[in-house]
Amino acid sequence: MELNGNIPGGPLEKKWDQRRFEMKLVNPANKRKYKVIVVGSGLAGAAAAASLGQLGYEVLCFCYQDSARRAHSIAAQGGINAAKNYQNDGDSVFRLFYDTIKGGDFRAREANVYRLAEISAAIIDQCVALGVPFAREYSGYLANRSFGGAQVSRTFYARGQTGQQLLLGAYAALSREIAVGQVRMFPRSEMLDLVVADGRARGIVVRNLVTGEMTCHSADAVLLATGGYTNVFNLSTNAVGCNVTAIWRAYRRGAFFANPCFTQIHPTCIPVAGEHQSKLTLMSESLRNDGRIWVPVNAGDPRHPGEIPEAERDYFLERRYPTFGNLVPRDVASRAAKAVCDEGRGVGPGKRGVYLDFADALSRLGEDVIRERYGNLFEMYEQITGENPYRQPMRIYPAPHYAMGGLWVDYNLMSNLPGLHVLGEANFSDHGANRLGASALMQGLADGYFIIPCTIGDYLARISPKDRLPADHPAFQQARKDAEDRIRRLLSANGSRPVESFHRELGELLWNFCGMARNEKGLKEALARVPVLRDEFWRNVRVSSEGEGFNQSLEKAGRVADFLEFAELLAFDALNRDESCGAHFREEHETPDGEALRDDARFAYVAAWEFTGVGQSPVLHKEPLAFEAVHLTQRSYK
Amino acid sequence: MKLTLKIWRQEGPRAPGRLVEYRVDDASPDMSFLEMLDVLNIRLLTQGERPIAFDSDCREGICGMCGFLIGGVAHGPQKLTTTCQLFLRHFRDGDTIVVEPFRSRGFPVIKDLVVDRSAFDQIQQAGGFISARTGSAPEANSILIPKEISDRAMDAATCIGCAACVAACPNGSAMLFTAARVSHLSLLPQGHPERKQRVLRMVHEMERLGFGSCSNHGECEAVCPKGISIDFIARLNREFIRASAVETMEPVRKV
Repeated sequence: MELNGNIPGGPLEKKWDQRRFEMKLVNPANKRKYKVIVVGSGLAGAAAAASLGQLGYEVLCFCYQDSARRAHSIAAQGGINAAKNYQNDGDSVFRLFYDTIKGGDFRAREANVYRLAEISAAIIDQCVALGVPFAREYSGYLANRSFGGAQVSRTFYARGQTGQQLLLGAYAALSREIAVGQVRMFPRSEMLDLVVADGRARGIVVRNLVTGEMTCHSADAVLLATGGYTNVFNLSTNAVGCNVTAIWRAYRRGAFFANPCFTQIHPTCIPVAGEHQSKLTLMSESLRNDGRIWVPVNAGDPRHPGEIPEAERDYFLERRYPTFGNLVPRDVASRAAKAVCDEGRGVGPGKRGVYLDFADALSRLGEDVIRERYGNLFEMYEQITGENPYRQPMRIYPAPHYAMGGLWVDYNLMSNLPGLHVLGEANFSDHGANRLGASALMQGLADGYFIIPCTIGDYLARISPKDRLPADHPAFQQARKDAEDRIRRLLSANGSRPVESFHRELGELLWNFCGMARNEKGLKEALARVPVLRDEFWRNVRVSSEGEGFNQSLEKAGRVADFLEFAELLAFDALNRDESCGAHFREEHETPDGEALRDDARFAYVAAWEFTGVGQSPVLHKEPLAFEAVHLTQRSYK
Repeated sequence: MKLTLKIWRQEGPRAPGRLVEYRVDDASPDMSFLEMLDVLNIRLLTQGERPIAFDSDCREGICGMCGFLIGGVAHGPQKLTTTCQLFLRHFRDGDTIVVEPFRSRGFPVIKDLVVDRSAFDQIQQAGGFISARTGSAPEANSILIPKEISDRAMDAATCIGCAACVAACPNGSAMLFTAARVSHLSLLPQGHPERKQRVLRMVHEMERLGFGSCSNHGECEAVCPKGISIDFIARLNREFIRASAVETMEPVRKV
């Protein structure tokens, strides 16, 4: 089946206007009759729940953390892009659109990306109105900095805590709607299933993580804003609780999963220190504005970095990409770092690391300026490594960071299941095969504040709230029973191997065979080994016997069980996509100088997979990508 | 390195709790405190014992989900550090460390080291926002804000809502938390229209929830992982007195 992205007609720059005019509306007096579920309270979820509440819909919002304010958007450091052209440096909506499409290696939907660029400026306005204290110039105007994949300064930031400030803005708006009763918030609640009846999304099954109680919630539409699945790699920059469960359960109920193999490996993270490691910590891409990345020219150089003279250092990004230098996109920078480490020129324990050096910037700008720009990142680095980056270069290495893939959605952010909408990192829509820095925050807020408040009306206006199912309808009862059975199965497995051990083995498997570089042989090996590990999990997993109430090992077991199913789809998609593009690097397909080599004739499509059963081959549905405004080229940052 | 841990174990909100001693012989100085608990938990699980419940999520010091008393100090001995960012290199081989949940009337224990901090959400809901309908915002640069004001607002806005300030306060006061939010929003021109109602509502809610008053001990500032200054409490008091003189509190209405 060929999928239809439901893209409006007309020229690119008129499409969103066109769609807003075509859409059916719900009149203000009728809005209160509709009930909408929002799962997740990060940028996309909180912004959507607050905005839909303001419009007058009845909203239920769920998150697994103890407060909506803790969703992992909060950890985003560097900034948010917007085509404001405040710097007068040649930026425009079209340039942001073009940079994003090109950065994604021409595997995103043109119309979506253009809309994102178009909305970007209004996001900054909205955030300032909500009190986000963005960095400012001495004149009182907003400040900008640069990010990878762009030659203009269009990134807005709040120290190294931009995600925190944007999320607190959305959380504040959400808090207000909770106060006036438009939104009901359910913290410490995890969605365990999507309820589908008559081909439509009808509600969800939720487990209260404190009491263990399982409840059904019925609504007219369900919005998933549950973030990315990068913790499938075990070690990643995600929060330890981030998981694939909500979107995986929706996939199992019929929603298509698009481009799962597009996973971003971020170049600047603190290297792994030991087996006990629970997560990896990102050092913001913004550091590449002033930091220079290098390794010694000679493999195994034993000297302290400060003792290695300039002539014996290889600033490999500046050497290979003189135009963009240290600000090449993430996939390019990560692969380059891997390449020098594969040559044996890596630094630090285990030799999987490269230097990110601020010595030049410190002598040019002084310590005060560097502290103002990156102070909190430098402190975090020192806390974790015990090394002072004002005195010696940071050691960094790539780590799994972001999922470009996610549930398939059309232009209106609706999945193939009517009534199920997917927002933010949980959907696949805007970043193609590689996301540019400072674009995740932009997309989350565009989806939540500006797109879904319009497009949800078009869906709701076509259905009647009278058709909403009662929460004791057989479809709900069945989904609830399935979820309860699964919990009992985990609790009664009574094996000997802890969940963490399975997660670690799965993560290593994927990192080795489905990480920064992939090939057919490795992917086939992963596909053979994942089901074996999954079988062992269900036979031999050990979950704390403290029962169905508050039980953190049970939570973790449920999430890892879903990762063990999802990993197979990820590898399956990576094997199917027999080309290199963006972050998906198949070793069989590279240019003579080691860059990703696309195959547009065969793979200029979105791969959307349909579930057919655990361990069964999923069915591929293609959405062809048509490019009208941009010309497909080999990406070049040289 | 070898450590002895005395950890507060409590089955549930109404169950009695007690300190239980555990020995960890295979800790590494490069482990975080929480990673050491992860390792201990896996051992407990394998031995058929109940693992220690504790909250954490981002593990990079920004989400505010983690936090307990380590050696009687909220987030432990390192200044400007959340529990998840505390590494064992700051302890000595052979140390004995007491680990307890944040203790405050406002935060009932859920299990072991996990407490219910939903009171903080309620203080936010009382008034910790600017009412700006999505879509009606003016052009961002039409509101000029002097850099020093914006920086000061950011100093306050950096609060992660971890509740260490309450746990450290002998009065169990939530003044630093409330002051940070009130100051952040009242410093900015966008926050001015609701300035008086905001402070009245938030202070009222804080008192209603049973948090104590501030008597200038300064313990909150000392443990705050984000270094939020008690100067903001002085600002909160000024805001509150000024607002009380001219307005009475009204309920929040729909936008």
